[in-house]
Amino acid sequence: MPPLLEARGIVKRYGALVANDHVDLTVAPAEIHALLGENGAGKSTLVKILYGLVQPGEGAIAFEGRPVALASPAQARRLGIGMVFQHFSLFEALTVAENVALSLPAETPMATIEAEVARLSAAYGLPLEPRREVWRLSVGERQRIEIVRALLQNPKLLILDEPTSVLTPQEADRLFETLERLKAEGRSVLYISHKLDEVRRLCDRATILRAGRVVAACDPRVETAASLARMMVGADVGEVRTAAHEPGAVRLAVSGLSLAAADTHGTALRDVALDVRAGEIVGIAGIAGNGQDELFAALSGERGSAAGSVVIDGSAVGAENITARRKRGAAFVPEERLGHAAAPRFTLSENTLLSGHATNGLVRGGFVDRNAVSGWLQRVIKAFDVRMSGPDPEARALSGGNLQKFVVGREILREPSLLVVAQPTWGVDAAAAATIRQALIDLAARGAAVLVISQDLDELFEISDRVAVIAGGRLSEAVPARSLTRGEVGLLMGGIHGEAAA
Amino acid sequence: MRIVLERRDDRPRWLSFASPLAAVVLTMIAGAILFALMGRNPVAALKVFFIDPLSDGWALQELAVKATPLILISVGLTLCYRSNNWNIGAEGQLVMGAIFGSWLALATHGTPNGPWVIAAMLALGALGGMLWALIPALLKTRFGVNEILASLMLVYVAELTLDYLVRGRWRDPKGFNFPQSVNFEPEATMPLLAESGRLHVGFLIAIAVALTAAFVMARMIKGFEIRLVGEAPRAARFAGFDDRRTTLLVFAVSGALAGLAGIIEVSGPIGQLQPSISPGYGFTAIIVAFLGRLNPIGALVAALFLALTFIGGENAQIAMRIPLDVTRVFQGLLLFFVLGCDAFLLYRLRILATGRTA
Amino acid sequence: MGLFEAILLTVVTAATPLLIAALGELVVERSGVLNLGVEGMMIVGAATGFAVAILTGSALLGVLAAVAAGMAMAALFAGLTLGLAANQVATGLALTILGLGLSGLIGRDFIGARRDPMAKIVVPYLSDIPVIGKLVFAQDPIVYASVALLAGVWWFLFRSRAGLVLRAVGESHASAHALGYSVLKIRFLAVLFGGGCAGLAGAYLSLAYTPFWSPGMTAGRGWIALAIVVFASWLPLRVAIGAYLFGGVTVLQLHAQAQGLGIPSQLMSALPYLATILVLVLISAGRRGSQAPASLGTPFVPDR
Repeated sequence: MPPLLEARGIVKRYGALVANDHVDLTVAPAEIHALLGENGAGKSTLVKILYGLVQPGEGAIAFEGRPVALASPAQARRLGIGMVFQHFSLFEALTVAENVALSLPAETPMATIEAEVARLSAAYGLPLEPRREVWRLSVGERQRIEIVRALLQNPKLLILDEPTSVLTPQEADRLFETLERLKAEGRSVLYISHKLDEVRRLCDRATILRAGRVVAACDPRVETAASLARMMVGADVGEVRTAAHEPGAVRLAVSGLSLAAADTHGTALRDVALDVRAGEIVGIAGIAGNGQDELFAALSGERGSAAGSVVIDGSAVGAENITARRKRGAAFVPEERLGHAAAPRFTLSENTLLSGHATNGLVRGGFVDRNAVSGWLQRVIKAFDVRMSGPDPEARALSGGNLQKFVVGREILREPSLLVVAQPTWGVDAAAAATIRQALIDLAARGAAVLVISQDLDELFEISDRVAVIAGGRLSEAVPARSLTRGEVGLLMGGIHGEAAA
Repeated sequence: MRIVLERRDDRPRWLSFASPLAAVVLTMIAGAILFALMGRNPVAALKVFFIDPLSDGWALQELAVKATPLILISVGLTLCYRSNNWNIGAEGQLVMGAIFGSWLALATHGTPNGPWVIAAMLALGALGGMLWALIPALLKTRFGVNEILASLMLVYVAELTLDYLVRGRWRDPKGFNFPQSVNFEPEATMPLLAESGRLHVGFLIAIAVALTAAFVMARMIKGFEIRLVGEAPRAARFAGFDDRRTTLLVFAVSGALAGLAGIIEVSGPIGQLQPSISPGYGFTAIIVAFLGRLNPIGALVAALFLALTFIGGENAQIAMRIPLDVTRVFQGLLLFFVLGCDAFLLYRLRILATGRTA
Repeated sequence: MGLFEAILLTVVTAATPLLIAALGELVVERSGVLNLGVEGMMIVGAATGFAVAILTGSALLGVLAAVAAGMAMAALFAGLTLGLAANQVATGLALTILGLGLSGLIGRDFIGARRDPMAKIVVPYLSDIPVIGKLVFAQDPIVYASVALLAGVWWFLFRSRAGLVLRAVGESHASAHALGYSVLKIRFLAVLFGGGCAGLAGAYLSLAYTPFWSPGMTAGRGWIALAIVVFASWLPLRVAIGAYLFGGVTVLQLHAQAQGLGIPSQLMSALPYLATILVLVLISAGRRGSQAPASLGTPFVPDR
């Protein structure tokens, strides 16, 4: 049988960066094919090319044996290629049916679309209400819209970009059933992921990308997680050292913390309670959008709450702003690197001033002490091996991993007594992630209390002493990480409390 | 062939200077075409517009006089625009400053007083402009009202207030029913800098303001705060800066500077209150701010250039019967070209060959 | 004809330019573009429309020229904000400054000229119905056009597929692009439409509302139209309510001035501007979250 899709010698350059370097990919009919690679390996660029969103510089693509030029997504859809994006391309203010209509030919009447949505969601176990507005829906439901939208085209090939990164383990299981059903109907799935277990469980074949090149094509079911990881990363990933230690006094005490949602898309915090002691790392797991942003804002002081609901080193600070909390020895690293932790078009020295102006002796009588700022920046660069072009580039010019090392290092060098960090290694390369995790562990070992909010369960199990789960704005009790299984955490992430938390 | 924009990673320094210059050159080319269309000799017209006002000492003094309000207002606007606060009502703040300051000039009229009068008038002018600017600022921070619309609406209200005063209770009783106030006493007018000509102390104030603002923006934490709030609001909150306080601050400062410009105009070149005291300095200053790349020193230079178009426009009207509206067209075109050229600071144009898709 | 009826008639004429300009801007903003240059496009439309009507003797040609002039101005704005991704706020201001100057140049030779206002279309018999007869059945063509425009914009936005696409582009240009829609093309067309509407509104001022051209005759109506779009929460029917409300305020202050109630005329003249601010406060304070199109005012550069 000829391959369904065959891409040969795909090259895509962005300025000096070669995102895809002579990439070959073959997808057979009725197979689930994994595209595996680290963040930044070139997976997203490749699938954008296959979906007609981005034009390759070189290379040829054949679909069902015939050479094709994919000039636009509409053309890709006509050929039978469907796509489900990692960051959903949905319109919040529009209804489910309107969102679906936007990817269909303009002649299709709205009533037909609503009926089709209902039929497909029943057939594939993807429940949806056609007339609800998207902003009212959960992340899992939003993904279902994307899948239904793609299925309406009756695709021969369905591309899914990191589909489980936003799902609970249980929701992911349900998604796998749907994908198996598609395969049984003779359709192919191109499954982009960096999660090895998933790929080994689900996929028939895997193409592995590293730094824009194909490094291997294999059958993932005969590989081990370790061998796949080696191909993906290119070297054995160093283990993080953990030190046994006794937790000390309570440094961060949260009790009865409630906070309204930041906007219509947020989740309100409801009666959150939590202690973090000196010398320990507490992890908070949860699917994005379950109140993590609100929790970070309340802990950092970006948003105020009742005075007694947040206590740092014995002082009630709920009503204090972020500067006052920093002066008490607390430090914070938000999830978004560009735009929140750092200003994209400001230089690194200006970004050093950003979080340190009140505490690091960088400002005297209202005047910025440039020497002090640059000295501080040099220390961060040296201690965390931040690689950059030029002596003082703008933040946006750094790679994700280097910028993340900068924003984490900037805070850790202050030797804070409390560090609250959200998504410390989201989207950074393996080496930088290891550096950052090690730094967090070392900081705790020196007596600081560290709170890590993350969606990455592997990371939390690796570095946390205790883990709590946030779901629907409620926080479960934090329990020792060693006593928990992934399944239990998964149930909690789905908002199921009770037996699992015990 | 297709032309696309591509985001720049670098920002070469020379471009920051080249882009406003290119805008000026493009405006002159467009101007030449416009003059030719109107049946005038483009070279002669451009000379009247841009060269003649620089020809002698008296003309240079006039240039500085016209530039004074533009510098003051545009420096305030750079702070606003840098922090993403769109104050476009400087014209109204200028008028309110003139009204507040003139109140003292009229209240002390005819009685002997010291030089404190003009100093107090300047302070009152700044206060008036500041209060007027704080209205849209408070409406924005308290209720989320769009500051562009609110500040602009208040321009009309301020102008009508001035109109009411000079036609009513502040009218000169011996002024043959003309809508204007008495001429201010010498203690209530701006001290002159030279024996002949109209150059006054206000110009020095304006330069001092621009230098101070440049220093604050570059070297002080307050300037950092203003820039950060505009560039990345979430990062500013993370830094511990309250964007609402920043909004109030920059509106207060820019309103005060516009008010100062207003009272300097009436107590300087004009010497009395009239229904119309500004040829649109408050709006032209918006162009100045952008031509100066939202940098106070840049605004200082740009204000001198825009002052040239005002004087050149008047000269061209007298010498070549070119209507004054041409000045406005020039100014509008200039802002267009400035914004267009600025695009090349952020992006570079790339010409792609098409027809080769896979 | 009673006083009440006369007032109602003038409310319609005062509201029509606001309605037309605001409907145009509504479509522009729904596509995610903020064009603050309505005032500039409107006044160029007023000057061009009047000049062409005098020169050709045809009101229809005047109206068409005004629409074309508004679109030409809008194309300039689109070239900068869409083609070069320039700041929309600043470009809109530039458009207004340029428009005020250009209109002065265009209208310079026509100051003092007069022409009869556009003829009204009188429906026989029906226009004799008391109170509403003249109001509904004896208006000039542009008033009827404004009502048709209202219905058309509503139908387009909420009933047609093209309107759905336009709303989607304004909601999230990245998502619309990912689905393969040409964001810049759609926005360009929307901006042109807005410019045409502003030009038409200008033509109404110089060809129907008054029988002459005078410099600066738009007097902030373009800005008020922008405020009406905010007031209306980006919904066409509410735009109509807002336009007639502001038309009412304008007419009331004119009548009050004519009555000579001892209130300073300047205060009465300031009423529409003060009312705009008041309405913005009431609307903004009473609203939780923003109802503006989510990508309003943000430039889009496709990633290729």
